[in-house]
Amino acid sequence: MLTWILGFIILIVKLAAVLLVVLFIAAYLVWLERKFLARLQIRYGPNRAGIFGLLQPVADIVKMITKEDTVPDGADKALFLIAPAVVATTAMLMFSVVPFGPDMTLLGHRIPLVVTDLNIGLLFVFALSSLGVYGVALGGWASNSKYALLGGIRGAAQMISYELSMGLSLIPVVMMSRSLSVVDIVQAQQGHPFIFFQPLAFLIFVVSAMAESKRIPFDLPEAENELVAGYHTEYSGMRFGLFFLGEYVHIMVFGGLLAVLFLGGWHGPFLPPLLWLLIKIFLVSLFMIWVRGTLPRLRYDQLMTLGWKVLIPLALINILVTGAVGLLVGF
Amino acid sequence: MYGFFFYLISAVVIGATAIAITRRNLVHAVVYLIVSYFGTAMLFYLFGAPLLAALEIIIYAGAIMVLFLFVIMMIEIDAPEEVMFSLGQWLPAAVFGLIYVVAAIAMIVETPGTEISLSMLVASPRQFALYVFEHHWFLIEVISILLMVALIGALHLGKAKNRDADGHR
Repeated sequence: MLTWILGFIILIVKLAAVLLVVLFIAAYLVWLERKFLARLQIRYGPNRAGIFGLLQPVADIVKMITKEDTVPDGADKALFLIAPAVVATTAMLMFSVVPFGPDMTLLGHRIPLVVTDLNIGLLFVFALSSLGVYGVALGGWASNSKYALLGGIRGAAQMISYELSMGLSLIPVVMMSRSLSVVDIVQAQQGHPFIFFQPLAFLIFVVSAMAESKRIPFDLPEAENELVAGYHTEYSGMRFGLFFLGEYVHIMVFGGLLAVLFLGGWHGPFLPPLLWLLIKIFLVSLFMIWVRGTLPRLRYDQLMTLGWKVLIPLALINILVTGAVGLLVGF
Repeated sequence: MYGFFFYLISAVVIGATAIAITRRNLVHAVVYLIVSYFGTAMLFYLFGAPLLAALEIIIYAGAIMVLFLFVIMMIEIDAPEEVMFSLGQWLPAAVFGLIYVVAAIAMIVETPGTEISLSMLVASPRQFALYVFEHHWFLIEVISILLMVALIGALHLGKAKNRDADGHR
């Protein structure tokens, strides 16, 4: 009974710590994005609230919470209110299978530094990412607005298309590490990150994960010049904030997954494991912001062609080649 | 504790499915069906089969229902009128449904299911894959060919329609 209670307390502590860190970093990712993007466009970016605008996220949160929470006439109220929560929760839950360090020992108990080590961790991520589609699609539909509906339909089509190439791009990684558990995948990369063996899979995963998070150059669901703001046009206050939060948590999850699946996770010389993981996530986030500041938006047919006719065949060929090499040489 | 969760989730699944087939608003029906699939996945997890739970969510809740929702949102069906189906339509359905219920009750009374081994259900992904590909590889190939045929068929239908609509392709 005592060990059970202890395990429960440890689980709660881990959950709270991961949630707090994820939310805190997500808030400051917004700041980082605005600042870095401003520099890319030769502006200053936020610089009024606190030194370097460091208090800007706090000001943003206060603003969004105190704003009126409007529901448009004719909207489907229940679905309209639930949709942003679906986006934010599915994004945050994905972090529960990302390991952030080797096992720790405390008072004779082994504590794995991951919220939960599922033996199907990778599938868990996919399940959540496929559920996240509903937030976008239902939010767009429930708003009772043409722009939002178009954005929602685009979002659903885009996310289910790129989920396929994302899943297929990861199969070689699973083949090489011989496990679907994220912890095992990190263990398998001790000393040699998978990016060296699977550069093509890495590339396909980066492109499709970017499309999954609906950011420039794949931000057709919210294309400002044609759809106002797409699926979240009608949202205000903290509900808009939740969509926003979902997007930035998605960037972090993407950074975390990329680090864990291709960049060796928490493995790295000299520095402590947790720091290595954070550095990798930070670099991936910077890269994504940089891409946003550099590339224009794709056209819809280009988006679909890229997903179905380029990435999926490439991923399939990659699986075949990996399998053949595995049979001939062995990993 | 275990049993309590089982009956709670089962009740939610049955309730959600019942609501799903009686809603007139199709989008709501789809949402209730997603809740039902989600509950089924939780039941699988409760049995100690996380692999099946994940597959249930990825394939049913995540892929098939998104396509349903997509089509419903695209074609914007109005809520159908109150229609009473003719006797010839609902009588066979009722008869078959009744047979199904009787068979199910008889089956549950005969074998409560507790002694049936669930070893395959709780297997890890590796054991599961080894079992399936060692014993049923032929069926898997047949299924994959079937899917391939369906894919080609869908492609053909899509192309033929395009040509008709445009007239010059």
